[in-house]
Amino acid sequence: MIKFLFKGLLRDKSRSLLPIIVVTIGVTITVFLQSYMNGVFTDSIETTAKFSSGHVKVMTQVYKNNLSQMPNDYAIIGIDETIKKLRSDYPDMSWADRIQFGGLLDAPDSAGLTRSQGNVMGMGIHLLDSNDELKRMDLQSKLLIGRFPTKAGELLITNELFQKMNLKLGDKVTLMSNSMYGEMAMYNFTVCGTLHFGTQALDKGLVVADIADVRMALNMEDAAGEILGFFNDSPYDDSRAVALANEFNAKNSKTDDKFSLAMSPMSGVGGMDFLIAYSENAQSIIILIFVFAMSIVLWNAGLVGGLRRYGEFGLRLAIGENKNEIYRSLVGEALLVGVIGSVFGVVIGLVFSWLMQEYGVDTSGMMQNSNMMMPAVFRSQINSTTYYIGFIPGILSTVIGALLAGIGIYKRQTANLFKELEN
Amino acid sequence: MKILKIQLIFQLLLIVSLSAQNYPSGKTILDKVDENMSAKTRIITSRMEIEGARGTRTMESKTWSEGDKRSFTEYLAPAREKGTKMLKLENQLWIFSPATDRTMQISGHALRQSVMGSDMSYEDMMSDTPLLERYKAEVTGSETIDGRKCWIVTLTAIKEDVNYYSQKMWVDAERYVPLKIDLFAKSGKLLKRSTLTDIKKVQGRWFPMVMTYKDMLKEGKGTKMIIANIQFDATISAGIFNKGNLK
Repeated sequence: MIKFLFKGLLRDKSRSLLPIIVVTIGVTITVFLQSYMNGVFTDSIETTAKFSSGHVKVMTQVYKNNLSQMPNDYAIIGIDETIKKLRSDYPDMSWADRIQFGGLLDAPDSAGLTRSQGNVMGMGIHLLDSNDELKRMDLQSKLLIGRFPTKAGELLITNELFQKMNLKLGDKVTLMSNSMYGEMAMYNFTVCGTLHFGTQALDKGLVVADIADVRMALNMEDAAGEILGFFNDSPYDDSRAVALANEFNAKNSKTDDKFSLAMSPMSGVGGMDFLIAYSENAQSIIILIFVFAMSIVLWNAGLVGGLRRYGEFGLRLAIGENKNEIYRSLVGEALLVGVIGSVFGVVIGLVFSWLMQEYGVDTSGMMQNSNMMMPAVFRSQINSTTYYIGFIPGILSTVIGALLAGIGIYKRQTANLFKELEN
Repeated sequence: MKILKIQLIFQLLLIVSLSAQNYPSGKTILDKVDENMSAKTRIITSRMEIEGARGTRTMESKTWSEGDKRSFTEYLAPAREKGTKMLKLENQLWIFSPATDRTMQISGHALRQSVMGSDMSYEDMMSDTPLLERYKAEVTGSETIDGRKCWIVTLTAIKEDVNYYSQKMWVDAERYVPLKIDLFAKSGKLLKRSTLTDIKKVQGRWFPMVMTYKDMLKEGKGTKMIIANIQFDATISAGIFNKGNLK
């Protein structure tokens, strides 16, 4: 039967070629869209995780509750010991201590008085003793002019602030902030390079220095505001991060000790819960809407295909073929068209997705004034869903289209067939 | 009936006039407060106790001020802050830090930052123009604080550029020294509270020797300023209010 239908489709290209092309195009677009959406959302989450939230973040209880204020007076003390323990307890993760702070950056004139100033958001990360953070945050691609710090006392500054403060590489600047103990903290730095993130919130006034310098500046010896943890073997996995945080908090968090440690999964960090839920739901909703739209198009194709063969069915009924047999052959043909089109569509879609995954599209030029932490290069990401998502609209809708179109076969009256054929 | 109406009006007028007599005018009270608190010059040696997340910090400083326009503060202790100097000239503020050998001007949003991690902002420290130039004062009641009868003076801003839209001040009805001040935002939210205690007579003026500032939006017990020594109308060398004196 299948062989017979297949031969029929091959010999009569008018009833196979167009439907297969339509199904192939529809499935290709579905597969590509799914992998693209998956890639964009996964990359956005990973970029945010690497830059600010980590897959999990360890802080003190009060720091966690007032995270947006970066309250370094509630920083973790005994950071070396804490990291050592985290590394031994969770060997499948990478840990990085960081200090985030706010302050005022001041550039002096020749008399040492204020020439220009800017409000800054600062970040102290490991820059001098390791390249891990530099790679993790992809800072190499963000360096616009100058170089990364090579010795103590050097500072990276966003290009926008650099220009606003009318600075030159090598200029001395003074950071004014508060120490961990609430004292006024002033510290001199030398500007060694500028960064451009393409995100307005960061470009407005971010400064990055080696964590040892920030510790000196803010009187935070052996302390850090937060420790970020990253899964070594996978991108962010919310259920895994939540389970890890629950386990850690059960062991370490004490309600009566505001300095006791607390771990927060990325979804528990302010605003990130929305991004993750949005990413999971938006991806499903967008794909569902698209699959539905594609299904209607392909269903229509099946419907038109069935109606186009109105005359042929009449003739077959007139020469005595059973209505059920005709209906089955119509649905069978639709199934074959769906399978062939879907296979072609999935293969072509995977090829495009792979190309997008490997090479991506650089949108940094378009994202210059964005407030969201987005990757500069958008890439697809092929996952298990990519392999089967295309078959849903590809097969189901063509078959349903044929099933509906074929209902007409049963309404045909044999007595009127010859009269219809005369027309 | 007509007689009854006249009687009623008369009684009402009597009540109004009596209540007006009970409460002195806001201006009268603030003028008397100024007589105590303001001086041509002041030299103050004080200790500031700041309650922080990790305990209490104590700082010592000496301040020279002239009217409400010029002041110079030098921090004497602890070691990390020693030698830090602040100069206020009119509405400008400079800070010198010996650790960086830098003099920085504080302006704009930075003035809202806390002074040395205390509950006081630079703006709080700088805004000492006479209250009546910035606020409309009205006595709205009386209350007893620590056994002393106080007038409650409500101050409402008459200018846009004030740090706090309104203030409620409990002024000792006998000594004319504020014992408590609440500072409010335009929304009515209480932002800061100052309590002034240990009132002593210095050079014929009543003056609070201990002032506690509490930022009501922050955790903690607030910042206590204890005056060890105060001199009114002493001679201050003109050179002290000079940027060159910062280094």
